[in-house]
Amino acid sequence: MVRVEFLGPIQKEPLELDIKNLNELAAILQEDKNLGQWLQNSAVAVNDSLVSSLDVALKDGDKISLLPPVCGG
Amino acid sequence: MLYLYDGALDVPTILKEWYEAEATSNYGAYIPFVGTVRSEDEISGLSFDIYEPILKKWFQSWQEKAHAKGALIKMAHSRGDVMVHESSYIAAVFSPKRRVALEFIDEFVEDFKASAPIWKYDLKDNERVYALDRSTAIHGSGLLGVAQ
Repeated sequence: MVRVEFLGPIQKEPLELDIKNLNELAAILQEDKNLGQWLQNSAVAVNDSLVSSLDVALKDGDKISLLPPVCGG
Repeated sequence: MLYLYDGALDVPTILKEWYEAEATSNYGAYIPFVGTVRSEDEISGLSFDIYEPILKKWFQSWQEKAHAKGALIKMAHSRGDVMVHESSYIAAVFSPKRRVALEFIDEFVEDFKASAPIWKYDLKDNERVYALDRSTAIHGSGLLGVAQ
C-alpha cells in the first residue's frame, strides 16, 4: 500500500492505495471529478522528492504528495 | 538555517540575533529582506500552511549554493495567522563582499516565491480563502492531469 496526501488548500483526506506506479494513481485520481483543477496545477512528490515523470515505480510504504500552487512570504 | 514560527515574526529580535550570531564570522555584508503584510482588499491578515519536509530540502539546496560562494542564508517564516502590518517572512544573506549577497538575495527570494511549499490564505470576513490568483504552480506541475 502507498499513502497519498493532498497538501495545503486541497480539501481531501489521505488515501491508502494498492498501486505499482504513478500512472495508476493518475488514472484513479482522474475519476474524482472534484480533483480536476488540482491535478492540472499540482506538483507531485514521492517520499518528499519532486518527480518530473509518471514513470516512477512505487513500493509498499511510499508516500506520495500533491503540492498545489504556492505563495510563501 | 531555517526557522519556522507560529504567528507573526518578532522582526527586531530575529534580525538582532542573526546579526550577533555572525558578528565575528568575517562577513562583510548582511542583507536582510523582510516581508510585511499590507492592508489591501479589506483583508485582516494572511494565513500560511507549510509542508516542512520539502521546504527543508529546498532550503538545504540553496544553502549549498550559498556555501559554494562563501555565503550563508538564513530564513524565517510564519505558520498560521499573521495580521496586517505584521511580518511573515525574513530572508538574509551573509557574504564576504556585498555583490554576492545582493545578487543572491534576489535569486533566492524569487525561487522561494516559485518553489517553496507554502500556501497563503487571505483572512477576510472571518474566512480563510486560498490565494490561488497570487500563487505559482511549482515547475513540473500537472503530471497527474495528463490523460492515461
